Amino acid sequence: MASTSTATASEPTRRDFLFIATGAAGAVGVAATLWPFISQMGPDAATIAAGAPVEFDLTPVAEGQIVKLFWRGKLIFVRHRTAEEIKEAENVDVASLRDPQADSARVKPGKAQWLIVYGNCTHLGCVPLGHEGAFHGWQCPCHGSVFDTSGRIRQGPAPTNLPVPPYQFVSDTKIQIG
Amino acid sequence: MSAPSTYVPKSAVGKWFESRLPIMGLLHSSFIVFPNPRNLNYWWTFGGILSFMLVAQIVTGVVLAMHYTPNAKLAFDSVEHIMRDVNYGWLIRYLHANGASMFFIAVYVHIFRGMYYGSYKAPREILWILGVIIFLLMMATAFMGYVLPWGQMSFWGATVITNLFSAFPVVGETIVTYLWGGYSVDNPTLNRFFSLHYLLPFMIAGVVVLHIWALHVPGSNNPAGIEKKTEKDTLPFHPYFTVKDALALVVFVMMYIWFVSYIPNFLGHADNYIEANPAVTPAHIVPEWYFLPFYAILRAIPDKLLGVLAMFGSIAVLAFLPWLDTSRVKSATYRPLYRQFFWLFVIAAVGLGWLGAKPPEGGYVLASRILTAYYFAHFLIVLPLLGLFETPRRLPGSIAEAVLGKGGSAAAVAAGAAQSPNTKG
Repeated sequence: MASTSTATASEPTRRDFLFIATGAAGAVGVAATLWPFISQMGPDAATIAAGAPVEFDLTPVAEGQIVKLFWRGKLIFVRHRTAEEIKEAENVDVASLRDPQADSARVKPGKAQWLIVYGNCTHLGCVPLGHEGAFHGWQCPCHGSVFDTSGRIRQGPAPTNLPVPPYQFVSDTKIQIG
Repeated sequence: MSAPSTYVPKSAVGKWFESRLPIMGLLHSSFIVFPNPRNLNYWWTFGGILSFMLVAQIVTGVVLAMHYTPNAKLAFDSVEHIMRDVNYGWLIRYLHANGASMFFIAVYVHIFRGMYYGSYKAPREILWILGVIIFLLMMATAFMGYVLPWGQMSFWGATVITNLFSAFPVVGETIVTYLWGGYSVDNPTLNRFFSLHYLLPFMIAGVVVLHIWALHVPGSNNPAGIEKKTEKDTLPFHPYFTVKDALALVVFVMMYIWFVSYIPNFLGHADNYIEANPAVTPAHIVPEWYFLPFYAILRAIPDKLLGVLAMFGSIAVLAFLPWLDTSRVKSATYRPLYRQFFWLFVIAAVGLGWLGAKPPEGGYVLASRILTAYYFAHFLIVLPLLGLFETPRRLPGSIAEAVLGKGGSAAAVAAGAAQSPNTKG
């Protein structure tokens, strides 16, 4: 007994080695197996491929109209703003906003009449109704968030403005989203 | 399971089997001779009703899965196919859809009964926490099941509930993308919800086994809230409680069938008969009735993250109930103040349910805030303080005394009644 205990204390036995080696191999194996099982939950190749840029012709969108389109499965609003709506969006004290952002930062230079924003409320994802609410932008029917004519949050539970998707003007009347 | 097994197999085959797998003895000691407190009232029959509802949901659900197609393009039509073409498909689907509501009616009665009679207190804390886990699994199952018909309410319910996770800072958006399997609720989401909706009921069944195991260690609590001490306090499970449970179950199933037969869509939403449209949210979106109190709590708080935390917290607080209630007296029958606060809590919970179905504006929001505050105050302020300030009424010496009074003759009757099933076999 005495010799055994001194042996364990002074140098590791074959059993100690097997215990650590097996444990280490097992842990690496579990982690390596876990990865594909988590990764498969994410967007698949087809979903990502569907995120290729799309072009959209603005000519049929009349002044004051809001058009809905989808990119990467997400809803996007294209709003042809009236002069009055643009003025309303610009004449706001930016510092007073919950998510401070000037209207000029949300549209392309010289294209203030075109507002392009994601169409899902930043609260819990419902689709806000256009031309509704105290700020004439959008109002969400689910939990009452109110957005202005620049898509900025003004009242209600939503924490941020409707985000602007990546897009550019390819011509005067055509945009490319993505 | 803690009861001594008195089971002796009669046949040679029975003896051969029992010596290799003593399962008949386990069932016999758990559900035939198991000594229950003799004073259990009808509020104690909902455990049996819930077991029945779980089996009913699994049976109808497995059959529906034979006819349903979990694909975003086909799901809605396949549900209509079940309703119109499959023999008795309409019946089986209505049984399943209304069965979920009946399941929740029974579980809410079961939870409130536990609260009224202090069934969560020592030595039943683990039993209670297992119950909270079952409740959470039920909510997850019901939510994912409601998404499967792929109607407007399905789609937008899924969108709103999965978006709850986007409230968490930094990782929120990633979590939601991984829940969806894409950038919005779509076919991958429907597929995985179907898979999990099929899995979770069997996990519930597993936790139910643990729940019953934990129940059978101390045995049932009872309306007097005092532990059974002698055989005089108890009656065997069969026939006394099998017949009581069976009678309550039959009455409950009559109500269930009444809903299925006469008002099968009363608890649903007309909007869910419109196919999912990711471009339009229904004007008035509300969850199923059994989620309304929690939905009201979510909407009562004007901040997104805090609202989500309050909603999860309102369920999580239940798990801590055994330690938040500082009184050592279990039954509200002997707690004059707690009894009143219990009913105030019931009113607050039902009131939140009513408010959850109302639009989030004006006085409804204010009322939701008041009731949300009261909901949490009940657990975090009222219950801890009540145990310190309340003077409980005198407890009876035993369950037999609570039922039969102190008379000796009554005790003799009790002993006789307890004996008779054994003599009659």
